[in-house]
Order: sequence, then structure tokens, then C-alpha cells
Amino acid sequence: MSTILELRSITKTFPGVKALSDVNLRVREGEIHALCGENGAGKSTLMKVVSGVHPHGSYDGEILFEGKSCSFKDIRASEQRGIVIIHQELALIPYLSIAENIFLGNEHAKRGLISWHETLKHADTLLKRVGLSDAPQTRIADIGVGKQQLVEIAKALSKEVKLLILDEPTAALNDEDSGKLLDLLLEFKAQGISSIIISHKLNEIRKVADSVTILRDGQSIETLTVRETPESKPEVSEDRIIRGMVGRDLDSRFPERTPYEGEDAAEVAMAIEDWTVHHPIDQQRKVVDGVSLNVRRGEIVGIAGLMGAGRTELAMSVFGRTYGRYAGGRVLRDGREVRTRTVPEAIDHGIAYVTEDRKTFGLNLEDTISRNVSLSSLAKVARRGVVNEHEESRVAERFRKTMNIKAPTVFERVGRLSGGNQQKVVLSKWIFAGPEVLILDEPTRGIDVGAKYEIYTVINDLAAQGKAVVFISSELGELLGMCDRIYTMAAGRLTGEVPRAEATQEVLMRHMTKDRGDEG
Amino acid sequence: MSTATQKTESPAPPPDGGSKSIGTLLLQGMRTNMRQYGMLVALALIIVIFQIWSDNILLRPGNVTSLVQQNGYILILAIGMMMVIIAGHIDLSVGSLVAFIGAAAGAMMIKNDMPWGLAVVLCLLIGALAGAWQGFWIAYIGIPSFIVTLAGMLAFRGGTQILLDGQSLSPFPDGFEKLSTGFIPEMGPYTQYHNPTMVLGLIVCAAVVWQEWRGRQQRASYELEVVPLGLFFVKCAAIVAAVMAFTMTLSSWHGAPYGLLVLAVLFVIFSFVMRNTVIGRHVYALGGNQPAAKLSGVRDKRVTFLVFVNMGLLSALAGLVFAARLGSATPSAGLNFELEAIAAAFIGGASASGGVGTVLGAIIGGLVLGVLNNGMSLVGIGTDYQQVIKGLVLLAAVGFDVWNKRRVGS
Repeated sequence: MSTILELRSITKTFPGVKALSDVNLRVREGEIHALCGENGAGKSTLMKVVSGVHPHGSYDGEILFEGKSCSFKDIRASEQRGIVIIHQELALIPYLSIAENIFLGNEHAKRGLISWHETLKHADTLLKRVGLSDAPQTRIADIGVGKQQLVEIAKALSKEVKLLILDEPTAALNDEDSGKLLDLLLEFKAQGISSIIISHKLNEIRKVADSVTILRDGQSIETLTVRETPESKPEVSEDRIIRGMVGRDLDSRFPERTPYEGEDAAEVAMAIEDWTVHHPIDQQRKVVDGVSLNVRRGEIVGIAGLMGAGRTELAMSVFGRTYGRYAGGRVLRDGREVRTRTVPEAIDHGIAYVTEDRKTFGLNLEDTISRNVSLSSLAKVARRGVVNEHEESRVAERFRKTMNIKAPTVFERVGRLSGGNQQKVVLSKWIFAGPEVLILDEPTRGIDVGAKYEIYTVINDLAAQGKAVVFISSELGELLGMCDRIYTMAAGRLTGEVPRAEATQEVLMRHMTKDRGDEG
Repeated sequence: MSTATQKTESPAPPPDGGSKSIGTLLLQGMRTNMRQYGMLVALALIIVIFQIWSDNILLRPGNVTSLVQQNGYILILAIGMMMVIIAGHIDLSVGSLVAFIGAAAGAMMIKNDMPWGLAVVLCLLIGALAGAWQGFWIAYIGIPSFIVTLAGMLAFRGGTQILLDGQSLSPFPDGFEKLSTGFIPEMGPYTQYHNPTMVLGLIVCAAVVWQEWRGRQQRASYELEVVPLGLFFVKCAAIVAAVMAFTMTLSSWHGAPYGLLVLAVLFVIFSFVMRNTVIGRHVYALGGNQPAAKLSGVRDKRVTFLVFVNMGLLSALAGLVFAARLGSATPSAGLNFELEAIAAAFIGGASASGGVGTVLGAIIGGLVLGVLNNGMSLVGIGTDYQQVIKGLVLLAAVGFDVWNKRRVGS
């Protein structure tokens, strides 16, 4: 097969950081090429170089597309050659229609006037190709994330794409939508479209990719062949890929756990009783419906559920009523009822909530590591309302070392860190707050295998110190590997409580899909 | 500004120790505070240009003094505006509030012969109330600040005209006017210079050097990297030289005006609040990412509310200083002051999306505008062209910022 894209010794430096150093990559025509690596390994940066987000001249090295040397000055230039990138964060305008979004910047227009008939007709054919049955006039805000991802792909198709680049396309999707999307990629492959897919989900890579290139610390480590012919079985094991990514063997995916042996080990640290929350706008709708659960000291308790099951909503409403409208229920800490009506109250009662969406709800990206870590517990580094900056940076420095946050100093802006390191900053913030109960909402979302292992270690340590941990996750494997007990939720209700010994993916999935359909 | 508590953030230790050359340290410091250094250099440049162009009038003691008096109220507003903008909001009502407070002061002191001390306190209270009114709608009801303060801008201007019945009121009591136009009284034996001002200048120098030294010691005791001693001395010497040059200029005229003292006190307080206190930190966090701040336990509504109360209070103070300087309360007072204050904040490094900026920056931005105003008048550029030039300067300053950010990479 001929080569469609070749990168020769690409080097890209940001001030103070060498993001890419001497990276080589060869993508064959009509293949699905996966790109793997830990967060911060340089995958996204590399793809930004290829697609012209980082223009020619801002990096060293050479890009050959279809045998010709390229010097893209912006995204438009690369799109004209048939390279289209779909970013991790979707770039759709919520209040415009699907059709308008597909042709945004590329409108069917004559002398500035849009031809709506042509637009809708073309949009319709593109939507059919990606298997979406919604009307092209539907607003983006009214369809789910899975469908939005498909709209992005339809948009790419409208640009006569030859090489499709997807940056973690399934990160926000549930299993069903992910499956659809991957099937679509295989279909495109049959039509001769090549793709590069960045993913942390190794099973997906094994499912669809023909070859995988592994990046580590900004360097291309190796390229492995996943399958010789499209039909053959994958020849590379997940462990083999992981070894390449972290540069060492991972004994297991989950670290050893030391049980907590304090006197109060069996005591319930937090109990939620009959908790009910209504939707913030649609006040008839119960998003969380009569949920009761508890967590003991030194215990890790999982909450499993599909999208829309109400897990995040439960957690946030308990944590200072930051979601929806409270409609009843009690929170007990160490057996006594406590008020958690505001975030400061919840913090005072030793409860911490680590958000699933660190960029929107977890961090001030403009500010430094040091100031982010201290934000929820400024009183600890302040006296009479005056912050001791030296003490503050010393605390942050301690976390930088123990949490292994990869940054030159604690004065680095958080916005410049990779996802895994940002997550470590959020965790540091809440560990510094010194809570007794930690609610972790998807703490490993969008994080690579190596960083996940580090985060698991941190969680185990917390439990070993006698903290109570509530672990919300969509990855069942992770819940099974980490938790002592797992609750399942569906449509706002608690549908099961499974101890570790009895838990399997199948059992959990059965509970998680139990009540679906009741709500229509 | 002399009493700087603002320190240059010296770079933190590299991951594996090792010493760096003075050059790299300087460069790093400059990079982290690129915008402020940039504006400081620009300010110096503007001063030099107009000093030459105006045949050395710009820096004459008399002119420097009136420069301070002319810009005092804008600088007061700029401090408050900077905090509003850092919190992620905007306040369009301050110009109208300045006029309204002036009118209220006139009504109390001139029409009703109220003792001016009492009237000043009442006016500050009215300002804080006006700020609380707007803060309430913004923080607790959730109306965008642009809308609320636009409404305030109209309402306060109208209120001014109602209070004054379209007429100007004058004169204010002498004691009150001194607030803006008076000087610290001369004391002690006759020297060539104004004694109390010189003493104040020396105290400021000593305080700054002591502050710097203590900060350096503290950093060392926390095992953070410190600026090399040589560079430290150079920096202190530069600050002392600047403060003393300014002091001696003032001292060879009437000495320090009261307005300067007010400004200096405000500067010290607000720099300290924004840099070193919990509430200051909360304001930055709120502007940087409001939902994240809220989920971290920041009482977002209360902080927003207080920022606007503070803006109202400072607007009232600016209104009093302005009325005292003018010697009368007029319906058209404070016209476009909000725009000057906003421009000062942005020239001084605020970010339109919030979360970024310093009080020192607001002062520098305000001085850039003030020196431009004064300098251009001295060399006979008409107000028409002055507006155009100021507009371009604002655009250039923010443009430079955007360009610089892009160059550094996001």
C-alpha cells in the first residue's frame, strides 16, 4: 500500500517545553492508524502540526502528504488538501442547526446568499452516510453528544476528506455510541478514506486499527502492526501497547491496596437517605429519586450507571446543592445529620467533590498550580484573611512531588498542563482540603494508562488512611478493580448494591439497565 | 507609584536545582510580568517623548503636581474598575455615579449647610449603597453587569439632574476643597525643599526596601529561590531613585497634595487585598472560572456583591475628589469617566474575560492615559486628536497583549 502521510523528524517547542522531538510517522493509504501515548506525550500537538493549527514555520521537520511536501499555514490549507481534524472538544455551535453547522465556513452560497435547498439536500445525504436520521434543521443543542460527534464527522465528509484525524472521539460517548462510531470508521476505510485515531481505549484500537504508533515524552517510540489484512484478528495485546506507552511493564492495572485498620473502620462515615432532586428547569422531573446509600471509613464505594442515570446530579446536589432543586433527603456524617446547603458547609463537614469536568468545574486554567491547589482551603495557608504565599507554594510543591505533577514549577499555569496532570492538580486541591469523605466523579476520564495507575494509587492511599471514597465511573472494569461495593443507578433511582465478590460486568450492566424505559 | 508592595515574582526553583544566570532570571521575571513591564516601559517612553517635545515643561514641579491632581479621580476609579474586571464584570455607571455624588455633596454642603465632614461620610455611604443596589441585581438575581450598570448609568445621570435642577452649585466649603487642591502644610526649618514631603518620601523608600528585604528573607526561609543579592540591590536602588526623584520634584513646589496621599493609601490597601488576602484570591478565582470557584467553596455571590459595593464606594470617593477639585457640582460631571477607567484597566493588563490583572497595572494604565492627556495638551494637540490617539493607544496596548500571548503559545 502506498503512503498517504509521512512525517519526518517533527520537532515542536513551546517556551520552556519540548512538546515534540524528532517524531516520525507513516500512515498508509486506506488504513486506520491509531496514535497512543500517555497524556502529555504529544499526540494532540502532533495532530495540530499535521492539520495546520500550528502553522508551517512554528515547527521543524517535514510533512509529506500524498508524496508532496506540505507547508500549511492554517487549517483551511490542510482541509483543501483533504486533511480534516476533529478535535477532542467538539466545535459545533449549539444554537445553529445540524445543516448550518455542517457547512459552517463552507456554505452553499452564491454571491453571499445561502441556497437552503441545496444545503438541506446535501446535509441529508451526508447524515445518511454517517447513519444519523435526525432532520438537518434540528438544533445541535437538542441532540446528544454521540450524535454531535456524528455531525462533526458529516462535516468532515462535506470537505472531501482523504485523511480524517479524530482526537479521542469516543471519550464522551457511551458504549453503544462508541461502537457505532467505530463501525463508521471501518466503513470509511472500505471507501478508501484513511484515518488517524487518538484514543486511550485500547480495546477500541484493537478493534479497528491496522497499525498503532506509540508516542512517549514527545518522541515516537515504535509502530506496531495490529493486523495485516482487514479481516484478521489483532496481533497486538493491550499489555504490549501499555508497555510501549509507559516504557515499563505494568504488573496489573490496579495497584495493591492496604486495608484501613483503624478502630473506626466499620463505621459509616457518610450516609445519604432518601435523597431526591428535581431538574433545575423542568421541575416536575425527578433527576434523583429517593436514593439512599452509605460509605464506611476506609472503604471505596462505586456508583455505576449509564449516561443520564443521575450519578453526577446526586453527587453535586449533595455537595452544596450545586445541581438542580433539592426536594428532600438527609445527609449524615458519622451518624449525625448535617447541613450541606452550600459548598462551604459541605467542605466544613469534611465532604469533597472532585468534578468529572475538570476544565469547566475544577480548575482556574488562567491561574497557577499553586493557587489552584490552595483555593478551597485558603484558610489553611492564611492568617486573619492574609494569605501566606510562601507557605502556599511550599504546600503546592509538596503535592507536585508526591502526586508527580509534571510541570517545571508550581507557578506554571494549569491551562498548560496535560489532562492527567490537570486531574492531579484537582485531586491535590481536594486532598489538601483534608476531607473525610471524597466523592470522585470520573476521576480518570480522558487520562492515559500510566496516569490512571497513579490516580488509583492515590485513591487507595486515601482509603488506607481511613477516608471514605465514593467512586463514580462509567468504566466498569475500573469499578470492579477498585471498589469494595458498587451501587448501580438508573434513571435517577438506585437499582442495586453489589459487593465486590459478586460483581461482574454482566451483573452490573443488568442492574444499570433495569429501570430504563420506565421514564419513557 | 512609590509605596509598591508589589514584588516581582522571582522564578521558582527549577525541578532539579542548579543556579541560573542573572540574565535568565531577569528574562523569566520579565516574561511572567511581560505586560506590566511592557506598559512601564511604554509609560517611561511617553514621559520622555513629551518631556522633550514640550521643552521640559512636562516634568516641571508645578506640572507634575497638577498631573497628580488631574488624574487622581480617574486612578481611584481605575483601581475599583480593575477589581470589577478581574471578577469578570464591567461597570458602566461610575461616571454617572461620580456626578450624582458630586450633586449630593452640593445639595448637602451648599444648599443645606451641612458640616462637610458629615456630608463626606454620607456621600461615601450613598456610593456604597448605590454599589450594593447594582451588586444585588448582578450577584443575587443574575442580570449581566453590563445591563445593570447601563441602567445605573442612565439612572444616576438622571438623578444628578433632578438633584441639581439642571444648575451648577458652588462654591464648596474651603475645608472640603482642600481635600483635592490642598497640600500637606510645611513644617520645620526652611530648606530648599518641602520638609514633610521629603520625610514621607524617605519613609516610603525605607518601607519599600524593608518590604523587599523581608520578602527575600522569607522566600529564603521557605527554601524558594531568591533573586541574587546584586540584582536585588539594583532593583532597590532603582525603586529608591524613582521615588526620590518624584518626591524632590513635588517638594520643590508645594509638596505632596492631599489627593496623592489618598491615592497612595488606596493603592497600598488594594494591592495588598488583591495580592495577599483570601478575599482577593477569591475575586481572581471567580473571574478565572466562576463554576470552579463556586465548587471550591468560594461564596461567589457574596464576592461579586462586595466587588460592586467597593466600586460604588470608590466611585463616591472619586466623585468627592472631583467635585472638590472643580469647586462646584455640575450635571455634566464625570462624563466618560467610566470609559477612561475601563481603558486604564485594559491598558494596565486586565483581560476581557476576567481573572487577570493587578492594581499596579490599573495605576500604570491610568498614568499612561493621564500623561498622554497632559502631554498632548502641553504641546497643543487639540482634544479632537487627543481622543483619536487615546483610542489607538488602548487598541495598541491590548493588541500587543494578544500578540504576545499568541507568540508565547497557549
